[in-house]
Amino acid sequence: MDFGTVIDAALSAALGPQAIVFALAAIGLNVHFGYTGLLNFGQSGFMSIAAFGLAVTVVTWDLPFWLGIIVGMLGAVLLALVLGVPTLRLRADYLAIVTIATSEILRLIFGAVEFKDTFGGSNGLTGFARTYQDMNPYGGGVDLGIVSFSRNDLWSITVGWTLVALSCLLVFALMRSPWGRVLKSIREDEDAVRSLGKNVFAYKMQALVLGGVFGGLAGIFHILKQGSAVPTDFNTTFTFYAYAALLVGGAARVFGPVVGSMIFWFLIAGIGSFFSQATSGADPLLPDWLMTNTQASLIRFILLGLGLMLLMIFRPQGIFGDRREIAIDGR
Amino acid sequence: MRLRLAALLAAVAGVLTLLAPSAALAQATPSPTPPASAGAPAAVNPIVPGANITVTLLDLNGGKGDPKPVPGVGLTVLKDSKDGAEVGSQTTDTKGRVSIGIEGNGTYVVELDPKTLPDGVKLSGNGETVKTVEVKLASSNFVQFQIGAVVVQDASLGSKIVDGTRSGIIAGLLIALAALGLSLIFGTTGLTNFAHGELITFGAIATYIFNRGFGLPVVAAGVLAVIASAAFGYLQDRGLWRPLRRRGTGLIAMMIVSIGLALFLRSIFQYGFGGSTRTLSQYVVQGRQSYGPIDLSHKEIAIVLVSVITIVVTCLALMRTRLGKAMRAVSDNPALSASSGLRVDGVISAVWVLGTALTGLAGVLLAVQQQVNFQMGFNLLLLVFAGVTLGGLGTIWGALIGSLVIGLMVELGPVFGVPASIKEVGALVVLILILLVRPQGILGKAQRIG
Repeated sequence: MDFGTVIDAALSAALGPQAIVFALAAIGLNVHFGYTGLLNFGQSGFMSIAAFGLAVTVVTWDLPFWLGIIVGMLGAVLLALVLGVPTLRLRADYLAIVTIATSEILRLIFGAVEFKDTFGGSNGLTGFARTYQDMNPYGGGVDLGIVSFSRNDLWSITVGWTLVALSCLLVFALMRSPWGRVLKSIREDEDAVRSLGKNVFAYKMQALVLGGVFGGLAGIFHILKQGSAVPTDFNTTFTFYAYAALLVGGAARVFGPVVGSMIFWFLIAGIGSFFSQATSGADPLLPDWLMTNTQASLIRFILLGLGLMLLMIFRPQGIFGDRREIAIDGR
Repeated sequence: MRLRLAALLAAVAGVLTLLAPSAALAQATPSPTPPASAGAPAAVNPIVPGANITVTLLDLNGGKGDPKPVPGVGLTVLKDSKDGAEVGSQTTDTKGRVSIGIEGNGTYVVELDPKTLPDGVKLSGNGETVKTVEVKLASSNFVQFQIGAVVVQDASLGSKIVDGTRSGIIAGLLIALAALGLSLIFGTTGLTNFAHGELITFGAIATYIFNRGFGLPVVAAGVLAVIASAAFGYLQDRGLWRPLRRRGTGLIAMMIVSIGLALFLRSIFQYGFGGSTRTLSQYVVQGRQSYGPIDLSHKEIAIVLVSVITIVVTCLALMRTRLGKAMRAVSDNPALSASSGLRVDGVISAVWVLGTALTGLAGVLLAVQQQVNFQMGFNLLLLVFAGVTLGGLGTIWGALIGSLVIGLMVELGPVFGVPASIKEVGALVVLILILLVRPQGILGKAQRIG
């Protein structure tokens, strides 16, 4: 057992591009669920519409990269508006079901054979990230001993963590403002806010759009860092993982989603690497009848499911959160 | 002219597996297929050891009756492209099979000689006689590609509607069983259970284990699987949900717990069962017989009967029996039921047992109708949600009606222009539209749910 490799894998994942994608998506969920109490289970839908907005604009329509970014973000805004109108007046679990259904609809359409000419079918689209990669100022990768990154990852990390920092700053400023206080009071008691003359529907809609924009940012960053937009990346499991990351860190806290995503990926990659090593080689630590190498990759997801249950039961506020601030009582 | 369909069932076995589609779409005259005319075909072509391409040519006869092998058809395997070097050539034997050895990974082309097809059978569609095959190193599964479902395109609109209605009703009934379970549990506990799909999978995998593991016949395995599902539901309520209710855990917290449970169970299923799709030992392929305008196989008749009887009996029991009335009372107002002397926890336990048994039965029937896979229930979950929401959350007959509408939407969608590969989209769009127009569902009571 080489613990150096395990630590390297865990740290690279916790600081690397994948954790950034989760952090951005979870910041959006934090605005929805943490601050406003909206149960959005379709964050992967916001990600996919922005991602394919960019990819289709650049690859299929052959238009400039920056226009693609704008199209992608407008797609996320539009989706929030379309989703919000029918569901924001309904109970929380209705919003959950509709958002999850919408994200699946989008994923199925983007992956459909019939629309292969536009969205690239199940293989998705590639070749839109040239402008992004050309901006890379780094000459080579970096190796810090316990953790190493390639040249491309280094550029993605620079861009990604900058985006995360700016997003956190924006959320921090907004939630201190009177607007943010209205959102939090909607989470606590919608009817009280309504009786004070606030337009609850409009506030919820604004929160849905803002969180959706963060989701869109996550989607665009996701396809840029890997250079391809693949529909299956945006399945509902992704949203659930992002929720897990948010809840680990603590909802309704500015840094909750960021720290949560880092811890999430540290554990996922660390446990994955540990069990992968424990089952490989000629004389594995765990015998083959107990666990094969394929099964070893599943242990982390079993633990993840178990962890999410235990977290929600015993510490729903996560690491930094405040139990009184979590919208977990159904209305 | 009645259409028949010949399809190539192709498989590559040996060290290298997987291969690709080879299709022959045959159009036939009303006369029965005459036996092969081109010489006496070899009795049996043995499967070549090691890497090989094995093609089985079957006449599916438009899905009616059991598939019949087509002997005496010449097939040639070429390397890389149609003009590439010939690897081997053979004539299909009495089993409709050829087996040609290949060197290793790469691209191969299978060419069918249309002149050697039996009289009265000719290739239809675009008459493609050549199929490209990518041979890659893969698991040793025997993969079959059955091509030729395209024949539906030639069928009349009427028969397409009949076929879609048949599959839609069967799908709808299976969804309805699961939806009834979900609706019962939601009604009494308020829990939106995202682990409900895994309860379907549990029923299917339990059937598989009793059937393949213990060697029981499928019917007995199915009965045992339903009992196992009921026990699973009871234990789940006792071990997880009841303690959570006692602690006063919020509904949204419970919803997220159910997501965790779903991830947990699905990974466990994948750990134990593997990622592959497997079949039960009986009733895998059945031909269909004509009953008036509709063609049904025996297992489809059995599935329809079992699910209709179960649903009707359950609904009647809920309306008439003492326990059923207690369940509806708790569902309506738990606090008032408790103060009227009902044992609310006992009733909720009974609801979990009934709900998971119904859902497990859906899994059993789905395993018989299709195949067993670790995420089959998860794939169905959204349609179950759609059925319940459409019919009205918490209503009894609503789950049935909503699910039937969803099943028909999914299966009839392709007839009216919904792309076949995303036929679920139509049902999900209906789910969203119904929330816009009538959020309480078809049968739900008009009450404030905002």
